Amino acid sequence: MENIVEIEGLSKDYEVGFWRKRKVRALDGLNLNVKPGGIFGFLGGNGAGKTTTIKILMGLLYPTEGTAKILGSPIDVVNMRSRIGYCPENPYFYDYLTPLELLDYFGRLFGLDAATRGSRSADLLNAVGLEEAAWKRQLRKFSKGMQQRVGLAQALINEPDIVFLDEPMSGLDPVGRREIRELIAGLKTKGTSVFMSTHILSDVEALCDEVAILRKGKLFATGDLQELLSRDTGRGGFEVIASGLSPAAVAQIEALSKGSVVTAKPNGIAIEVANEESIEGVLRTIRDNYGKLISVLPVKQSLEDLFIEKPAAD
Amino acid sequence: MTRTVFPIILNTFREAIRDRILYNLVIFALLVIASAVLLKDLTDGQEGRTIVNIGLTAMLFFGVFIAIFVGVGLVSKEIEKRTVYSIFSKPVRRSEFIIGKYLGLCLTLALNVAVMGIGLTLALVFVGSNTLAANIWPAILLIFLELMVITGVAMVFSTFSSPALSALLSFLVFVIGHLSSSLRDLGATLGSPVSKAVFDSIYFVLPNLSLFTFRTEAAAGLIPSTNMLAYSALYALLYIVVLLGIAVMVFQKRNFK
Repeated sequence: MENIVEIEGLSKDYEVGFWRKRKVRALDGLNLNVKPGGIFGFLGGNGAGKTTTIKILMGLLYPTEGTAKILGSPIDVVNMRSRIGYCPENPYFYDYLTPLELLDYFGRLFGLDAATRGSRSADLLNAVGLEEAAWKRQLRKFSKGMQQRVGLAQALINEPDIVFLDEPMSGLDPVGRREIRELIAGLKTKGTSVFMSTHILSDVEALCDEVAILRKGKLFATGDLQELLSRDTGRGGFEVIASGLSPAAVAQIEALSKGSVVTAKPNGIAIEVANEESIEGVLRTIRDNYGKLISVLPVKQSLEDLFIEKPAAD
Repeated sequence: MTRTVFPIILNTFREAIRDRILYNLVIFALLVIASAVLLKDLTDGQEGRTIVNIGLTAMLFFGVFIAIFVGVGLVSKEIEKRTVYSIFSKPVRRSEFIIGKYLGLCLTLALNVAVMGIGLTLALVFVGSNTLAANIWPAILLIFLELMVITGVAMVFSTFSSPALSALLSFLVFVIGHLSSSLRDLGATLGSPVSKAVFDSIYFVLPNLSLFTFRTEAAAGLIPSTNMLAYSALYALLYIVVLLGIAVMVFQKRNFK
């Protein structure tokens, strides 16, 4: 199936300095393809180039080099934007408008009729969890979290094929984050593709099918999230969690499985076993000492490990 | 084009209305009416003429104030507050945005000028100058055309400059625009080819706002000829098209960091 986002050799230089202007490369030869129908996580630290990339895709910045397409159309094709949605980072809207007026205005820009604008506005404001009492209140009276919710609603007013969300959880409390996470998951169910930049790795693990990680403007890793996490990390194979073991039994396990790491856990101990062959001995020792086996799981690297992993060249 | 321009016009108009600009108008209208009541006893039969002079001049200056101070913020405020991010991710061309913002402010100014004109007319009727009350409207139309040109100037500056500098430059254009004919005559009188070239350039590049000035004549009960009105309207239209073209060209190249 055709990629919904295709980026080839995208670079962006900014000019900095007042008298002696010099160029700083914010994005460096980015190549990226995003498949339709999923949730794509776009990760990277501060200044990695995430927002620059999204702004180029949205036509807010012009690239220094490279090309990009969304839904098969070059990014400078204005009509293509009828099929996309965008919520900027820390969104700010016309503060003299109410959420209903804002959605109505943006709905008009998409050429939606009055009935559609009205019904979609109400549905979306409900979906993003904005209380009805706030629908007719001017946005200047809104908190950051409420602005964020309105931002998400406006990004969906045209029922887009793909929605670009720049740090969508920013400014939300834990309850709000959970609601928005469910909303984003719901978009995928409805067939809307999501391109999401975020710092919050737990959200990425919970939501994303594919990810790309940017480092200093360059692509560091990309691919299916589960495949990336199950890459061989060189740390070994399995983690056994057990409880009810005496210190003597723990010492026995440590002696038995050389090279394994035993750490205390709230529900017992975790034994990281180097290879599959050692598992049987560890399990037998647990059984013989009347311990309780809780789980045996293959060790995967976490997204955090991947995120902070040093590039080979470093 | 109209699908996207029209909502932008309406939103710009709504922004101006909620920015309490119209409150200025109410105050202005009240002041004119109040001055009419006071001047009736002081001007010895010339009260209508005085009211037209004061009224039209005040209308121009209030209008220019609104055109410049709202005009310079039209685009720069959208960039500064990052509201353009949401606009340009939608099917809106930058040219449509510029045209919509411009026409939205013109609509606001039209309402301003109309309300001020009605206030002035009521003041004239109050002092019994019914003929003047009927004859001032062509002069008011000329003022509106001038305000449309000034709005365009402010808008061009606002696409690349800070609001404060844009306001200053726009005000300079307004002042020089009223003097450009005199400056051209001065250049010719000086006899130096360089000064003539400089003053001719100013005359042709900056708007010739004296084309829209008919305040003193209107106070004397005169009505501008149809030719004058048509020429002024055509000049304003051409000048505005050029200004908007420049604004679009500059805005088209901007990166929104």
